[in-house]
Amino acid sequence: MAKLHVTTKINGEEVEYLCDAQDSMLDVLRGPLGLTGSKEGCGSGDCGACSITVDGRLTCACLMLAAEAEGHDIGTIEGLAQGEKLHPLQEKFIEMAALQCGICTPGVLVAAKALLDRNPDPTETEVRFWLAGNLCRCTGYDKIIRAVMDVAADMRKTVAA
Amino acid sequence: MSDIKYLAPGTIEEAVKAMQAAGGKGFVLAGGTDLLVQMRSGAREPQTIVDVKKIPEMTTIEELPGGGFRIGAAVSGAVIGEHKKLVAAFPGVVEAINLIGSKQVQGRASAGGNLCNSSPAADSVPAMVAAGVTVQIAGPNGRREVPVEKFPTAPGRNCLQPGEIVVSLTLPAPAAGSSDAYLRLIPRTEMDIAVVGIGVSLTLKDGTVTAARVGLGAVAPTVLLVEDAAKALVGSKLDDAALEKAAAACRAACKPINDKRGTIEYRTKISGVLLKRAAKIAAQRASGATVGGTH
Ligand SMILES: Cc1cc2nc3c(=O)[nH]c(=O)nc-3n(C[C@H](O)[C@H](O)[C@H](O)COP(=O)(O)OP(=O)(O)OC[C@H]3O[C@@H](n4cnc5c(N)ncnc54)[C@H](O)[C@@H]3O)c2cc1C
Ligand code: FES
Ligand code: FES
Repeated sequence: MAKLHVTTKINGEEVEYLCDAQDSMLDVLRGPLGLTGSKEGCGSGDCGACSITVDGRLTCACLMLAAEAEGHDIGTIEGLAQGEKLHPLQEKFIEMAALQCGICTPGVLVAAKALLDRNPDPTETEVRFWLAGNLCRCTGYDKIIRAVMDVAADMRKTVAA
Repeated sequence: MSDIKYLAPGTIEEAVKAMQAAGGKGFVLAGGTDLLVQMRSGAREPQTIVDVKKIPEMTTIEELPGGGFRIGAAVSGAVIGEHKKLVAAFPGVVEAINLIGSKQVQGRASAGGNLCNSSPAADSVPAMVAAGVTVQIAGPNGRREVPVEKFPTAPGRNCLQPGEIVVSLTLPAPAAGSSDAYLRLIPRTEMDIAVVGIGVSLTLKDGTVTAARVGLGAVAPTVLLVEDAAKALVGSKLDDAALEKAAAACRAACKPINDKRGTIEYRTKISGVLLKRAAKIAAQRASGATVGGTH
């Protein structure tokens, strides 16, 4: 069976690739496209390490076929920083040590950004529920939640200023 | 492996033809949150994957004249949760669909996929049973519809014939003074499979229940419509005696399994407890009060 030819947008840039029908989006991101920021923790939708956005919607890249990306707009962790300039979430995670091994971090950041894009003023409960699909074996979550709350507050100040 | 075909037809007719051509080896792909997991574990080995998300009728929510809704079978939970009129009319159905998995899963998981996967513990199904949903099916012999409670036939099985697909779910216009609620019990606060799930839809007039439907999940091989529980509620003002009678009807309907999430005794008892709580929430909503969140 011939490979499928897919044209899509990843982090704002048009990208083309060939894939097999059963290849997941995560397989293609991490393989041929070399975007290894998205991690594979479980491959079954449970851990969130592979979080990406599809047309702005948070999704597990492991639960999407690469073929489905045709004509859509994919956002990955590689799209968070603007060149050398880190996204405020990335800066805050470093500053507050909201990561240890870092395996969950790209997924957490993509998910947190999707939340703040929708809701700039989330409650702690909202942040905890929003990130319930991102498992972390290291931090105990508290630092992650506090970092996200802090960034939200900073970003609101910047907008107000 | 690589002789699997991926098709993304633009019409129902093409999707049905593709499913027919694939014989028993064709699988519809909606959100893929069940299908991809099953493919990876080897539980499903499709030869043809029919992605239905390019079919407008399956990916849109339509308001029907009179106040009902038609939800495309592949519409994601996230999109359903953002539809204000649907949330106002059927808060129980929407909260049930929005309980499925994480935000990541919500971005893709559909009510149609939840129904077609036909797990006895599928969260959206008891709520859809309570709401009186009709399932719109298309197949080689044209279209037909079935009441949602008749759709699942056994764990993982349903009434779809070869070549048939679910197109959409129709929610009938709610009568004045009605509302619904869904509650489930899981061992954790998020991301788990229901030990018991219950959907209750009520219509009230001057505080008296004039119509009721109860859908009960995770306690039998398929989700159940518990008519005796509904009968116990109709005519009452949801006093303790009526609620206890309805709870007893739910307990009597249970034919659960023992597993690591709950014993037979526990599931049976909880079905009655959740019936009472869900009925109270539905009644509060029907009388105009807003209660509870979606968690
Ligand atoms: C991490 C995680 C957590 C989850 N949590 C829950 C939960 O809390 N509650 C719950 O109920 N479920 C849960 N699920 C299961 C799953 O997400 C739901 O069942 C979901 O609703 C499936 O919808 P989908 O669109 O992804 O279906 P898909 O995976 O696309 O399809 C499911 C099945 O139905 C068939 N199908 C789909 N649409 C149609 C159609 N229109 N016509 C004919 N056949 C069709 C497919 O071929 C497949 O066999 C969870 C899954 C994951 C990965
Ligand atoms: S790798 Fe996708 S959710 Fe775990
Ligand atoms: S930092 Fe190690 S899993 Fe989260």
